[in-house]
Formats: sequence, structure tokens, C-alpha cells
Amino acid sequence: MSDWIPALKASAQVMCKSTTDETVYSTCLADKGDLTYLQWLMHAWGWTLLVALVALVIALVVGLVIGVMRTLPNKGLALFGEAWTEFFRNIPIIVQLLIWYHVVPELIPSLKSVPEVVLACIGLGLFTSARIGQQVKAGINTLPKGQRYAGLAMGFTLGQTYRYVLLPVALRVVLPTLTSESMNIIKNSSVAYAIGITEMIYFATQAGEETSMHITMYFAVTVLYFISAFTINRLAALVEKSSRLPGAMGSAR
Amino acid sequence: MALTLDYSFLAPEVVRTNIVPGLVYSLELTLVAMAVGVVIGTLVALMRLSSIKAFQRFATVYVDALRSIPLLMVILWFYLLIPPGFYAAIAGQFGLDHRAEFSAVITFSIFEAAYYSEIMRAGIQSVSRGQVNAGYAVGMTYAQCMKLIVLPQAFRNMLPVLLTQTIVLFQDTSLVYAIGAYDFLKGFLTVGQIYNRPAEILLPAAAAYFILCFGLSMLVRRLQAKIQIIR
Repeated sequence: MSDWIPALKASAQVMCKSTTDETVYSTCLADKGDLTYLQWLMHAWGWTLLVALVALVIALVVGLVIGVMRTLPNKGLALFGEAWTEFFRNIPIIVQLLIWYHVVPELIPSLKSVPEVVLACIGLGLFTSARIGQQVKAGINTLPKGQRYAGLAMGFTLGQTYRYVLLPVALRVVLPTLTSESMNIIKNSSVAYAIGITEMIYFATQAGEETSMHITMYFAVTVLYFISAFTINRLAALVEKSSRLPGAMGSAR
Repeated sequence: MALTLDYSFLAPEVVRTNIVPGLVYSLELTLVAMAVGVVIGTLVALMRLSSIKAFQRFATVYVDALRSIPLLMVILWFYLLIPPGFYAAIAGQFGLDHRAEFSAVITFSIFEAAYYSEIMRAGIQSVSRGQVNAGYAVGMTYAQCMKLIVLPQAFRNMLPVLLTQTIVLFQDTSLVYAIGAYDFLKGFLTVGQIYNRPAEILLPAAAAYFILCFGLSMLVRRLQAKIQIIR
């Protein structure tokens, strides 16, 4: 038991150490122009959350469009939606991100000056859009066919039928599954380290290497992932509760 | 450096010596992790559904903990924590030379068990309670009920989901990138390095993963249709 105390002390000390020299700051906050490992970790956490959040927004917007497309009577659009889903679902995320980083800017020269974090957000967003599209499609398809016909028979256009009849119910049915997608996107954002985003996995490996205190660094990052996942879970539960449709599927949860 | 979409360097001989061993490893990793993962996962699911509080708690912590951290972090943890002596003990010098590969097999088996256990839990719950009661009524023990009545049905009901998860697992094996294990992706990246085509090689890599995963998911879909008819 007594071995633990010096080990903990050393861990605490390394987190307050400067990343550039041997200074240990008693407040854990470095002077201007310098960073402690704790501050670096917080920056890395920020990158993880930023990439995840931006990617989630992209994924929700694109996923909604793709999901709706796959339920349209127009065969061409439906097929495009299917193809999109299969394409992004069947290639590993790390391969997709490497392609966004190494290949896409070569094909679209205007993307060459774009920082890699933007590419990471787009890559992760589109990867996730396929999964969200899948759930949106499933949500629309759980509604009785009669609702669509009723809308059209009332003289609504197809767009109006989706806007006022189908989507308000379908989206609320889908909402619970989006909780797990938000958690997935935080976890998947870790892959962005492969294209040099300084998020938490990057921090864990880099800081572990520099200080030779891998366990401390890994542990700190793991705790922050737990906190992130837990927070998302609670937030999503709140959103879910406030938008729950009484009597609809999923309200039993 | 512009892309030169000339793939003449990707000769059959190059593919055979660099990429095929990677594919073989990725498939081995997937199959071992699936087999071990389903066994551990089923045990964890049984623990989660058991009436013993300690088992329930252990299973919940196991599943929730592994599901809330990224697979990459888990891969790094296992690689860090398993001492080299372990690899030497199971495979001698070969084990030491292939630490990353062995470490990934252990990691994926334990990590995937958390996901398979949730699938098996749903499968077990899909078998109606009355069947278990009927089993008890004819004098079966708990173990007999599970082995002879519940698990075979749970397994069959969940087979398409288990296989879909396995395709996801196959894609996830590419994350051993983090510890440098020689998998399918690494095979492609190595060829890209040798022939100085680090960007171009990613397209055939993506195509290969796509063909494999899409093909397998088509097969799963067909199987699913068949199973639905049986039920």
C-alpha cells in the first residue's frame, strides 16, 4: 500500500511539469508560452470534443438527408442513398481518414490549404452519416404506410408530407439510438490521431513517450473518455425525455 | 506530389508477399476474437441476467467500461500492460518478435466480448420465459435449461446480428495500426512505402476492404432472410 503514495505523487508531479523543460509548476499552470502536461491534456480533450461535435453536426445533417432519400419513391435517389450508406459503412474509419488526408486534397486542390482537423471532421462526419441515415430510414419505415398515403391524399406535396406528417414522428422515434451514435462518435474521433490531430490518443502516446510515464498518461486520458461518455449519456437522456412522444415506440425505455 | 494513378507496381508477386500475410493475420484475428468473444460474451450475458448480485455487478461494469472507451485506447492499454515475458511464455522467440500481433488477439477477444455479450443478452431474452419454466418443470437444472433450451435458440435468433458485429470487428482490426501489428492495412501501407506510393496505395486498400465487407454483409443478409422463414 505504501508503494502507491510515491507513485501517485510522481504522477501528480509529472502532470504539473512543463512540456518543454524540467520546471514543475506548483499551480499546474505554466507561464506564458509554455504548457504543463495537464494543460496539454486539456487542449487534447478540447480537440477530441471539438472533432466529435463538428462531425456529429455533419453526420446529423447528411444522415437525415440520406435517410430520407432512401425512403423516397424516386428509385434513382433511393439507390444513391443506398450506395452512400454501403460505401461509408464498409470501409474502416482509419482507411477513410487516411484517404481524406492523403488522397482527397490531391484530387480537389482547393482542399490543400484546409487544416487537417477540417478533413478529420468531414471524414468522421460522413462515416457516421451512413449509420445515422440507416436509423432515420428505419424510423420512417416503422410508421404505418397509411400515414404517407393520408398526407398525400390530403393534397400535401411529398415534401410537405415528410415535413408535417412523417418526420416529426420518425425523428422522435429515432432519437434514443442517436445517444449511442453520439457516444460512438467520441470514441471514433480517437482515430483522427492517425492524421496528426492532437486529440487525446495522440496526447497519450506522445506524452507517455516523452515522460516515460505511460500508465499515468493513459489513465488520465481513459478517465476523461469516461467523463465524456457519461456526460453525453446524461445529456442525451435529457434531450430524449423532453422530446419523447407519448405512447410511441421507445417511450418505454 | 501529384497522384499517379498507375498501379503497375501492384504485381501479383508483390501482393502475395506483402499483402496476403496481412490479410491472413486480419482474418485470424477476427476469427479468434469472434470465437473467444462469443464464449466470454455469453458467459457475461448469463452473469448479467443471473439472480446473483455480484455477478450482475461484475458483468455490468465489464460491459459498460469497455463500451465507453475507444478501442484504440484499449489496444494501447493491453499492449502497455502485458509484460513481454507473457509472449515469450506462450510462443518463445516468435512471441517476442510478434508482440503486437499477439497483444491484439488478446485485446480484441476481451473487448469484443463486451459487444457480443449485449447481443447474446438480447438473444437470451428473446426466448420466452415459459420455455425455461417448462424446462424446470420437467426437472432440468439451470445449466441444462441454458445449454439445451435457451442458448441454442438465442444463438440462432441472433446469428445475423453476431455476424454483422463480426464484419464490424473485421474493419476494426485495422486499428492495430496504433501498435504496428502487421495486418491487412499494414500490408498495403508497406507496399506503398516500398514503391513510394503512400497516397495511391490507400485506394486499392479501401476497395479491398469494401469488397470483402460488402460481400460478407450480402451473405449475412441472405442468411437473415432464410432464418426468418424458418421462424
